[in-house]
Amino acid sequence: MTTPNPTQIIAEPGKQEVTIIREFDAPRELVFQAHNDAKLLAQWLGPKDLTIVFDKFNHVSGGSYRYKAIRNGKEIAGFNGAIHEVCAPERIIQTFEFEGIPDRGHVSLDTTLFEELPNHRTRVTIHSVCRSVSDRDAMMASSMELGVNEGYEKLDTILKNI
Amino acid sequence: MRRDVFQAIADPTRRAILTLIAMQAMTPNALAEHFDTSRQAVSKHIKVLTECQLVKQEVSGREIYYHFNPKKMKEVDRWLEPFRNLWEDRFNKLDIVLNQLKKK
Repeated sequence: MTTPNPTQIIAEPGKQEVTIIREFDAPRELVFQAHNDAKLLAQWLGPKDLTIVFDKFNHVSGGSYRYKAIRNGKEIAGFNGAIHEVCAPERIIQTFEFEGIPDRGHVSLDTTLFEELPNHRTRVTIHSVCRSVSDRDAMMASSMELGVNEGYEKLDTILKNI
Repeated sequence: MRRDVFQAIADPTRRAILTLIAMQAMTPNALAEHFDTSRQAVSKHIKVLTECQLVKQEVSGREIYYHFNPKKMKEVDRWLEPFRNLWEDRFNKLDIVLNQLKKK
């Protein structure tokens, strides 16, 4: 098995944004397609033990989407947003809201850029801006609930970026 | 005042200081040469970094050396780790999806 491409996360303290960068050994058209097709998205978007089902998918400029995460046949979380712009195969700009927050309206603005690299490779950059620093921190902290394993020896990307 | 790793690295000068001393322990003079700001301003940042335990001061002969404390920096990593794992899981699955698409 080959080592996967590293995922770079840039989340500076005190800011309401986070940037996620990852390269893929696939041409841009395919990487874009995997981000803009409900059937393909459902295959990779959810954590291991969850099934993702889109009940609305209109990925065009001015469109919208909603999907739910299902565990053991039960809906445990819903997510929705508006599609601001789909510019194939370069970028997708959309909003994102986790419906589990009791006080609604905590929406982030997410821009996903697809960059062509040599040798039919692609770099994806996701830039997510939240309404507040605490929204950003809460969004990042909520991934803990999705149950992921602890501790391996790796110095943080922040350290690499300082 | 809040004194933790997150506050320490929120400032660009402090991040620059950490980058420098992470490569090599430095005396106050050597460190100050890297910055346009006054020595006083640099030592203020050092004070914050020391209080946050990211910098340790050690005396060697007549000189003080600033050392980087990577253990403390790992606190940031622990905070980010679940988020990173979530995305790594996602992207690893996306690799599989892309491999299938390439075969078509």
